[in-house]
Amino acid sequence: MARPAVFQRPAGVPLASACCYGLFMRLIPLLLAAVAAPAFAQPAAPAAAPAAGPLRVDINAGLTQPMPIAVPAFAPGNAGTTEAGTTTALGQRVAQVIANDLKSSGLFRPLDPAAFTTTVGVDSVLAPDFPAWRTIAAQALVTGTVTANPDGGITLACYAYDVFAGSEIARQGFVTTAAGWRRAAHKCADLVYSRLTGETGYFDSRIVYVSETGPRTKRIKRLAIMDQDGAQHRFLTSGQNLVLTPRFAPGQQTITYMSFENNRPRVWLYTLGSGRQEAVGEFQGMSFAPRFSPDGQNLIFSMAVGGNTDIWRYNIATRQSVRLTTGPGIDTSPSYSPDGSKIVFESDRGGSQQVYVMDADGGNQRRISFGEGRSASPVWSPRGDYIAFTRMGGGRFGIGVMRPDGSGERLLTNGYQDEGASWSPNGRVIMFARSDRSGRTGLWSVDISGLNERRLATPLDASDPAWSPLLP
Amino acid sequence: MNRNPLRLALLAGLGLAIAACTPTTTDVAVAPPPATARPETPATTPTTPVAETASSLVPGSQDDLRQQAGSDTVLFAYDSYELDAEARGVLARHAEWLRANPNVRVTLEGHCDERGTREYNLALGERRANSAKNFLAGQGIAVDRLSIISYGKERPAVEGSDEGAFAQNRRAVTIVMGG
Repeated sequence: MARPAVFQRPAGVPLASACCYGLFMRLIPLLLAAVAAPAFAQPAAPAAAPAAGPLRVDINAGLTQPMPIAVPAFAPGNAGTTEAGTTTALGQRVAQVIANDLKSSGLFRPLDPAAFTTTVGVDSVLAPDFPAWRTIAAQALVTGTVTANPDGGITLACYAYDVFAGSEIARQGFVTTAAGWRRAAHKCADLVYSRLTGETGYFDSRIVYVSETGPRTKRIKRLAIMDQDGAQHRFLTSGQNLVLTPRFAPGQQTITYMSFENNRPRVWLYTLGSGRQEAVGEFQGMSFAPRFSPDGQNLIFSMAVGGNTDIWRYNIATRQSVRLTTGPGIDTSPSYSPDGSKIVFESDRGGSQQVYVMDADGGNQRRISFGEGRSASPVWSPRGDYIAFTRMGGGRFGIGVMRPDGSGERLLTNGYQDEGASWSPNGRVIMFARSDRSGRTGLWSVDISGLNERRLATPLDASDPAWSPLLP
Repeated sequence: MNRNPLRLALLAGLGLAIAACTPTTTDVAVAPPPATARPETPATTPTTPVAETASSLVPGSQDDLRQQAGSDTVLFAYDSYELDAEARGVLARHAEWLRANPNVRVTLEGHCDERGTREYNLALGERRANSAKNFLAGQGIAVDRLSIISYGKERPAVEGSDEGAFAQNRRAVTIVMGG
């Protein structure tokens, strides 16, 4: 039987887009016109807000009492089949991805599909059977359609409803390649999350990290990348060279990291897509602890020369470097504020590791951490409101947060070794690596409230996670 | 022969540390061996011809350094890069050995225990390697024969998360790079 045209990859779309990680995939948001208004019984025009006020998740209280939400299988918009499966199969998988995203936030409690007393078909997407959803106490309903397009791609239509008010909360459509169905599902989950919490979503994002295997005395470490939910995992480097501390460029096409290639430990750049790896600069000493500036034009990192470690800024285009700290101590782990005006870093200039802030040109250096023990590895939140750090004391490492002026310090986690904090794109969740005394290490995340601590499964042991910005 | 009972006793006492150091050196062999690759480590490969008898040590080799100096490793206190009297004694013998093997270059490897953050430990390991390098330079060894590398907490000498393991992992190791 001849394959219908929808199997073919659309012309002009790079091969990579149909591959495993959707790097170049274009997601075209689609405004879903309310064409079916007659079928959709709005209680009152024009606002959809019920008398009791809009359905809303309190992002703090929500973690102790997550909102019950129903995410039934998305309806097939047509009987098409794509490279990624039939529209019916995709509709089921889309719903699973969305439910898993919402559940992982700790703010939502997706209801067991076995308890559903109704389904949503293509004809009822715009007019779901609200009484049936009320009987299982769903407060919100996420549903939609998956339609196969003639070019082989799909259109995912995403609708969210306030079940008790019987009103629509949000709707958006996404046109993408068949392989891009996961991203479209994450976008739908982000839409629901943002409408119900008032915060930006973070589900359409990725994690780069260091995959670890082998005995501790000769650990093999490889760069690996995956979706934020652990899907679409792949390795970026072979394990031949020891690699550490990968971090995304703001455009997320590039990763900066440290490699021991040729027994010469220094900062490298990895270009996603091409797989190109390039050493950064020719320096006298060891360069390490790299991060990008928010505009992506500069790197900041540490350089160790003659027993002294300082922080440098390196312009990627001009290859010019500027030394930002000059003291005799160890100055490392620099991280820009999101507006690029300041840099937070750690220094032992006062006797032990503490957190300091300076202007982006190195001026006005001042200590901001004064808590017990040592405070290290600071990372500025993408929202700018917090700095995450590693607290060491009593033989244990925990992840904490403080305000950029050092006030409001709170410890969120406590483990044998919790370190390597990285922020979700919306500054709401922190991912970190947790190691135990046996040397096993894995990735965990925690809400900035300190609640909803959960492990993210990886194929092997894992450390040094870095969360990408939201994908474009 | 440049051996005495004291050094032999020291060697025996450090036997565990020396054996456990071996993975550090063999690990680098995972990379494609450059021209200056370290020689294989006979201590863990008894079938290697050079290790058939203790008396057949190749002059200027890693094993020769260990045998003559009693150890290729010096240890540090927690979060310290200061060389204590024992470490200075070992490094003085490394300097003596380097003077006797004038064509040999060495790399000083700095290592840390796991009780520090990853990036800080890279810097601390560099300090330790640099301390050892400066001591050898102070003994008259030409600095172009001395290079350093820090592994931070990435290459412990021994497994384990107790003080005994930590003490062996806080170290600088003199690695023979060939002539």
